[in-house]
This record gives sequence, C-alpha cells and structure tokens, in this order.
Amino acid sequence: MGNLLAAVVSAEAADSGESKSYIQQMFSSDGFHAPSIAEFFPPAIFGDGTIYEFNRIMLIRVIAAVALLAVFWIAASRAKVVPNRFQGGIEFLLDFVKDQIVEPVMGHEGKKFLPFLTTLFLSIVAFNITGVIPFLNIAGTSLIGLPLVMALWVYVMYLFQGVKKHGLGGYLKNSLFPPGVPWPIYFLLTPIEALQVFILRPATLALRLAANMIAGHLLLVLCFAATQYFFFEAAGAMKAMGAVTFAAGFAFVLFEIFVALLQAYVFTMLSAVYLNMALEEEH
Amino acid sequence: MDTTTLAEVSGNVATIGYGLAAVGPGIGLGILIGKTIEGMARQPEVSGQLRTTMFIGVAFVEVLALLGLITGFLFT
Repeated sequence: MGNLLAAVVSAEAADSGESKSYIQQMFSSDGFHAPSIAEFFPPAIFGDGTIYEFNRIMLIRVIAAVALLAVFWIAASRAKVVPNRFQGGIEFLLDFVKDQIVEPVMGHEGKKFLPFLTTLFLSIVAFNITGVIPFLNIAGTSLIGLPLVMALWVYVMYLFQGVKKHGLGGYLKNSLFPPGVPWPIYFLLTPIEALQVFILRPATLALRLAANMIAGHLLLVLCFAATQYFFFEAAGAMKAMGAVTFAAGFAFVLFEIFVALLQAYVFTMLSAVYLNMALEEEH
Repeated sequence: MDTTTLAEVSGNVATIGYGLAAVGPGIGLGILIGKTIEGMARQPEVSGQLRTTMFIGVAFVEVLALLGLITGFLFT
C-alpha cells in the first residue's frame, strides 16, 4: 500500500514536470493506475500547509451546502397551498423524515426533534450525492471531518437531552445499569454499556458514513480508470473488456445513488434511536 | 536439499484481510435480512416495525465490515 502510494505520488510529480496539456494527460499514461487513498487528499487550492487549507473536497462541500440552501430558499419563498411538482418533491422529502423515521421510532415526543433530524437527513443527502454528480465526483462526507462533526452533534444532543430529562445520576443509572439482570452481571455489562454509550455510538456513526463513501468512491474510480486503460492502452481484444468495466461503472453509479440515500436514512434513523434511548423511562 | 516451492505469496498479506473481514458480516446480514423477510411474510401488519429494527441491526453488523475496510488502509 505504501509503495503504491509512493508510486502514484511520484508518477504525478513526473507528469506535472512535463508540459502536457490536461487532455493529453487524461488520455495518455504509462500503464494502469489503481486508485489509492491519495484520492481523498487532493492538492490545495489555497492556504497550503495552514489549518485553513482549502482543497477540492472543501469546495465541493461549500457547493453542496449552497445548493441545499438555495433549493430550500426557493421552495420556501414560493410555497403555495396547492403545491406544484417542485414543491411536491420537497414536501415528499420532509414528510419522509417525519413519517418514516421520527414517527415510528420516537412517536409524538419526536416532534420536538423533527427540525434537527430533518436538517441532518437533508444535509447528509446533499453531501453524499455529490459523489455521483459529474465534475464534482467526490462525496463531501468522504473525509472523516464532516461525518465526525455530525456525529458529535448527535452525541452532545442525546447526552444533553438524557441528562436534562433524568438528571445526571438518573441518566447514568438508566443507560449503564439496565434493570432485570442479577447484580454480578453488572461487572460485565456496565463497562460494555459505558463503551457503547460514550465511545462506540458516535464513533460508529461517523465511521459508517465516511467508510461507505470512501468505498463507493474507490469503486467508481477503479471501474472508470480500468475503462480508460482498456479503451486507450490495452492491446487488441482486451479493448472489449472496457465495455464490461464501463457497464459495471454505470451500475455502480446507480448503486451509489442508492447508498447515498440509504446512509442518510440509516444515520438519521440511528440518531433518532439514540435520542429515544436517552429519553425513555426505566426499561 | 532444495525444497520445491509450489506456491508463493508476494507483497503484503494484509491485502487479503478485507476479504476475510467481509465473510462474517456477509453471513450476518444474510441471516438478519432473511429472518426479517420471513417475519414480514408471516405478519405483514408489523412490517414497518420489523423494517425499522432490521435497519438498526444492519447498521451494527455493517460497521464490522467497514472497520475491516478502514484497517486495510490504516495498517499497511
């Protein structure tokens, strides 16, 4: 892996040394380059080396956020009693979070958290879907930073709500000492529960989203890099293989759209479940 | 005495790790989703609740496979 990374980096350095045009560089290379983790660390646009480093992925996040805000701004400013198709689509998204996630998991108590969970769902959809939009081509959530911020938001939210409702002692007793087991079991159960509540829940929330997007992006890059290699460099009959990898790449694009929506659903659903666990009475 | 090498693995053995890491969660997801479908077929009226519970379970099983993917990149 390390060797591969070094090879990719040195190959890029060699390419930039020569004065090739962008098109030439796209359609000529020496052999097949498998995608690597270096995909997710593109060169900086400005502020290189400082904490304000701004690269392609940051730019895509800004574009996705602006697009999300613009769509909802337009929908809200033109809202009518009888919705047209555009407004109908937006209302479908909002109703989806309410009817499919919040109501079944949290019941009527969840109404308070509906704006929070809807924001979470829609922003994750927006940041995920950039992974399949042409010319953006990488999900805003494919670096751990953004999922981490979202997971920490959920983490602070459920801890705060739990402590607010039951008090600090009540919340810890509720979540660390589940009733209905003989007391020696607590030696085993309490550390596991503590690990769950304080570390594993936010960590897995962030990791699940980021890892799904990383895997999806690598899959797409692999398929289309192989297509390019087969079409322009492979000899003779091997060119036909390019059609296969292209079809696979197209299928994975559709699959990635599904995954982007599914991960937003799973993230929001789990956030609702964790909030509900923190709020519910003695179980 | 020379030994004859029949098969040899070169490169990093860690690259097969993800294949192994995907086996367990694969079986787990199969059982989990299959059982949910079974439950839905028997009692279609609770299918909404079953689906919700299934997705929570799927999220826990799936994260194991994803940890396998990440460790592949981390420990090379």
